[in-house]
Amino acid sequence: MSSPDGTEPPGRPAEPAAVAATGDQAGPKLDLGPVGHLGDRLFSSLAHGSGALVIAIVSFVGIFLLALAIPALADDQSSFLFSRIWEPGGDQPRFGIAAMFYTTVISSIIAMIIAVPIAVGVALFVTYYAPKRLATPVAHAVDLLAAVPSIIYGLWGILFFAPILRPVINGLAAALGWLPLFEKPPGDNVGVVFTASVVLAIMILPVVTAISREIFTQTPVAHREGALALGATKWEMIRMAVLPYGRSGVVSASMLGLGRALGETVAVLIILSVPNANDPWNSSIFAGGETFASKIANNAAEFDSPEKTGAYIAAGLVLFVVTFLVNSAARLIVARSGPGGKRTRRNRSAGGAAAKEGAVA
Amino acid sequence: MAKRIEVSGLNVYYGDFKAVEDVSMTIEPRSVTAFIGPSGCGKSTYLRTLNRMHEVIPGARVEGKVLLDQQDLYGSGIDPVAVRRVVGMVFQRPNPFPTMSIFDNVASGLKLNGVKDRKRLTETVEKSLHGANLWNEVKDRLDKPGAGLSGGQQQRLCIARAIAVEPEVILMDEPCSALDPISTLAIEDLIEQLKDRFTVVIVTHNMQQAARVSDQTAFFNLAATGKPGRLIEMGATKQIFSNPTEKATEDYITGRFG
Repeated sequence: MSSPDGTEPPGRPAEPAAVAATGDQAGPKLDLGPVGHLGDRLFSSLAHGSGALVIAIVSFVGIFLLALAIPALADDQSSFLFSRIWEPGGDQPRFGIAAMFYTTVISSIIAMIIAVPIAVGVALFVTYYAPKRLATPVAHAVDLLAAVPSIIYGLWGILFFAPILRPVINGLAAALGWLPLFEKPPGDNVGVVFTASVVLAIMILPVVTAISREIFTQTPVAHREGALALGATKWEMIRMAVLPYGRSGVVSASMLGLGRALGETVAVLIILSVPNANDPWNSSIFAGGETFASKIANNAAEFDSPEKTGAYIAAGLVLFVVTFLVNSAARLIVARSGPGGKRTRRNRSAGGAAAKEGAVA
Repeated sequence: MAKRIEVSGLNVYYGDFKAVEDVSMTIEPRSVTAFIGPSGCGKSTYLRTLNRMHEVIPGARVEGKVLLDQQDLYGSGIDPVAVRRVVGMVFQRPNPFPTMSIFDNVASGLKLNGVKDRKRLTETVEKSLHGANLWNEVKDRLDKPGAGLSGGQQQRLCIARAIAVEPEVILMDEPCSALDPISTLAIEDLIEQLKDRFTVVIVTHNMQQAARVSDQTAFFNLAATGKPGRLIEMGATKQIFSNPTEKATEDYITGRFG
């Protein structure tokens, strides 16, 4: 009787008419005509429009980057992907992203290595160890880290935090300096990749913690009690039930954090010292450097000719693609396995049980 | 193997709410004891105090004594983790660890106890799966996930997991309530076999099941909603079902209750 979307049901024929209709074959017909779906139409077009708009914006960003980058790339006299030289503009523009790519990726990876274990630890503390009156403030404090603007992180990082890190840098360099990655160049520079990584780690901590916390609390009571009833200690219970359930969630949370670390601009820009153009390139994390984002931001004043601008935009395009890939990978992992890898497993178990039942029958 | 449980003056609380009041009973070794009673009468809550699983819930606590082989499970210096290694538990819904294979599920308790020797693990897993009447159904797919089994098989897997660590007592909290009649029958047969080696305590809503599998039956009831549950009567299953002393027991068993 009611319309499928639960709008106003069409009126029933009035009682007297129905009574009259009993004797009369040609009684009034039931009113099953359209009831008016203006709201549906409006909302539907609004929803479609919003969806299309988002896709359009992403495509336009991509097209913009491509359109401006391609002419510059065509003029590039050196290998764009593998060269470390950056001399855009002029008659013989030579530029490549290898150095930036390296600094961007290495700083983000170190940030992940620092942030993810801490985030998982904080999430476990908040969900399973802390008494309630402590858990809530800690969770809120971590969330607050996300609200600090990145310019503040940059200033705090270079002025306050970097000097504190100096002993750590010296210690690591002393212990692992035989590896090129940890070799400390002469001088007392603290505006180095490592410092930027630590600050990036703090910046991505909230998002990784929040998602991990969410997934850890969702661990089914049945799994947790199953472990405890076998005589597992709390840590063993976490290892047997909570971590396997939360693994895919933590991975996707880390990927989202990685996406943020890759694109972070202002904090990195302030912290990282730009190496002299004449100095040889240094792969150490205790040297300065430039990420995609910081290089582009540092040289915004140079966007005076289309050739030069195109080179920077080409670099931005690479960052865009890398971030896009990382985010897609995160979504893929989330979609494939859901919270705790539930979806695939449920399908599998349903299939297995069905097959079993079939065999029995 | 198989120890006597003696409970005296046990009160169980959730925060300020008293869920079970003043329970005293003796559970004989190598027997099956069934707890019956209406929903909310505290029989599951009480069951969970016998391996200190009750206190996993925040705010939950217990007063009184639970003696297992003359040792008070709630005495000072008793580690609940150690208690649970001696008093195993099977839950209402089968809960194999979803990321683990069938083999690893059964071996999980042994690994907690520090058993690393592959040969001993393999032997114990096979023995436990035999013990749970599951071996023939899974012997060719021990490396497949435990969650891929049917509900009844999963529950037997959980029983295999529980008996793999050779506990003294096995607690079962409505182990068949999520299963079909055929799987239920398989579990009931299994309980019959288990009592040769273990002390089994089972909570059930199914009166026929209690009558079929148990040697002793305890009837729990509560005076009214919000009042604590109490042990009304306990005795040999035959006597409880044919000639109960208390009127409330008779009413419940004959279905005149609620």
